[in-house]
Amino acid sequence: MANIASTSASAGSDLTARALREAVFAGLISLGLFVLFVGLKSDQNIRNELVLNQRWGLLSIFVIVAAVGRFLMVAYVQPAMARRKAAKAEADSVVKEETFFKRHFSKIAIVALIFYPPVILALVGVQGSLKWVDNFGVQILIYVMLAWGLNIVVGLAGLLDLGYVAFYAVGAYSYALLSTYFGLSFWILLPVAGILAAFWGMILGFPVLRLRGDYLAIVTLAFGEIIRLVLINWTEVTKGTFGVSGIAKATLFGIKFDASKDGFAAMMGLSMSSAYYKIFLFYLILALALLTAYVTIRLRRMPIGRAWEALREDEIACRSLGINTVTTKLTAFATGAMFGGFAGAFFAVRQGFVSPESFVFLESAVILAIVVLGGMGSLTGIAIAAAVMIGGTEILRELSFLKAIFGPDFTPELYRMLIFGLAMVVVMVWKPRGFVGSREPTAFLRERKAISGSFTKEGHG
Amino acid sequence: MALETTTMKKDPILSVEHLSMRFGGLMAINDFSFEAYRGDITALIGPNGAGKTTVFNCITGFYKPTMGMITMKQKSGKEYLLERLPDFEITKQAKVARTFQNIRMFSGLTVLENLLVAQHNKLMKASGYTFLGLLGFPAYKQASKESIELARHWLERASLVDRADDPAGDLPYGAQRRLEIARAMCTGPELLCLDEPAAGLNPRESLALNELLQGIRGETGTSILLIEHDMSVVMEISDHVVVLEYGQKISDGNPDFVKNDPRVIAAYLGVEDEEVEEVIEEIEEIEGGQGGSKP
Repeated sequence: MANIASTSASAGSDLTARALREAVFAGLISLGLFVLFVGLKSDQNIRNELVLNQRWGLLSIFVIVAAVGRFLMVAYVQPAMARRKAAKAEADSVVKEETFFKRHFSKIAIVALIFYPPVILALVGVQGSLKWVDNFGVQILIYVMLAWGLNIVVGLAGLLDLGYVAFYAVGAYSYALLSTYFGLSFWILLPVAGILAAFWGMILGFPVLRLRGDYLAIVTLAFGEIIRLVLINWTEVTKGTFGVSGIAKATLFGIKFDASKDGFAAMMGLSMSSAYYKIFLFYLILALALLTAYVTIRLRRMPIGRAWEALREDEIACRSLGINTVTTKLTAFATGAMFGGFAGAFFAVRQGFVSPESFVFLESAVILAIVVLGGMGSLTGIAIAAAVMIGGTEILRELSFLKAIFGPDFTPELYRMLIFGLAMVVVMVWKPRGFVGSREPTAFLRERKAISGSFTKEGHG
Repeated sequence: MALETTTMKKDPILSVEHLSMRFGGLMAINDFSFEAYRGDITALIGPNGAGKTTVFNCITGFYKPTMGMITMKQKSGKEYLLERLPDFEITKQAKVARTFQNIRMFSGLTVLENLLVAQHNKLMKASGYTFLGLLGFPAYKQASKESIELARHWLERASLVDRADDPAGDLPYGAQRRLEIARAMCTGPELLCLDEPAAGLNPRESLALNELLQGIRGETGTSILLIEHDMSVVMEISDHVVVLEYGQKISDGNPDFVKNDPRVIAAYLGVEDEEVEEVIEEIEEIEGGQGGSKP
């Protein structure tokens, strides 16, 4: 016992000595590096003469920070990290019992989302709820739905699609135009928008069937741009860059959300507020997103879903097993596009206005980024990624206290993309397969074991 | 002579006639004809680069041959011209399944899922091309249960049932080979084409492979066509051996006949310059003896 204690004590003093030595080295190196950069500053005085300002105080701060930092790193951080790694390796051998929260995460999340609007109403009142339900709730759920739709194409079938926003646009314009020109209701046009988008998915699918990887990505990118340019230039129908405005609102079983006598607010005996319409939209997009998830989960257990995943793993092996890869790819494109179309119709009804500017390449990139960050193929991971990315950018608008720190000219929204990019880099370093990198098998003989991301492939187009 | 006795009584399941395949200026296969008989294990052997895999790719539709006719005759008497079918239809309709020289697994799917993917066409039909299955019709549930039972059967045959829920990419090499064969069998083929099934296996594993293949033939009556370099496998299990060199057939018969054929020995071992004349004479003698029955 005494032996062990003395060795650990000597190891401890060894470590401190080593840390001190390295701290002195780090200090010397930083002194050498910064002596000319920081210690001396050339400047002009009033007579336009060059003067050297000496800033020994600042230099000493730099050196001390480097030395102390190195000391702490060697003496405390590195041993702590080594200990954690050892503890983790030990814990891996023991079978981990998943916590209740982790096992039932999706159910808890759905229940929480259903109760979200009433809770917000109770907390911040009718007018205050607008921001939380619309900007956060609806906005995030739209992207969750879009990313789940794209997940079918990219995550399951492994076909890299950079023009997904085109189907979103097709859906949005289908509703906007058909409702303004023919006065059809939202509930009729929602499936129509989905079918039209699926049809365009097939149209895109045919020419790109032979393409793989980078080539496929470029052609889908071009397809997205073509749709947008058509919307801009076909001014007789789409009104070009002015966009289509005054799009009819959705109704709930024929009840309108307006100030009229038989409107929703009057019928329920509530004071008129647009917040109720927003809450209705929240439940609508929640239902649409859950439909997407449900269909995806069901399809994965169907032969077609397995064929998509097999296609991602190895296309030639698929063909050797008698799978028609042409129809398999087309159904993946069409199914993904259909959900994009639904989301598009919802977008149009929510905004009441659509213009080609909403469907730029950046949107496709954001949706794809959500799919990749969440973990390709994983619905939970993608939902979390959408909440983080879209919710995160919305929160940046709320950070007005930063103006107090960085001055009144500081607008945090402008740093949105910077932070966005930084977050992506961090996640990709920390979790290269996305938030949820493992894959749930669709069938099992004895027990369902998650498959590590290192075995699944990304697909080659 | 042995050749004639075999041809007399057996009916061919696959006949390849005057098959040629040209890649640019290279004639990979030149006027190659052979027949594989129903219920037989037929081996296609030859030195490296002889064109064996090219023949396979032509049979299974991955290449379209420059010339020639490949006829698959099913038990029911239905005939398919394989050179006219797209590759996936060859497995789906003509019931010819294949494996690959470099294993092609769905490595991110579990072993069981690999076998379920192989039953795609059957399950597609049962699920009403997805629509009925999506609505929860019982026909699909039943078919899905049956497909898992079929998969379990082949997993037991390939002694992989303990690994059924592991990712296929996690299996050791020999097990992946067996899985690929089990997967091909799940398509319900009448002719199973194996491209070097014993490559990279140790002697114990290749013994197990022999048993698996003979079991497949005995149990399901599936005819097997295989490319192989491992002579212990070829001589042990095949009923009929075809030897290919530089895209041309140089020998065809039962294993004993092929083993002692001087042309085969010359192709495999090479001959000294002084012996060339001798070998040619011997070959001419044999060809004369066969009475011009061969092309």
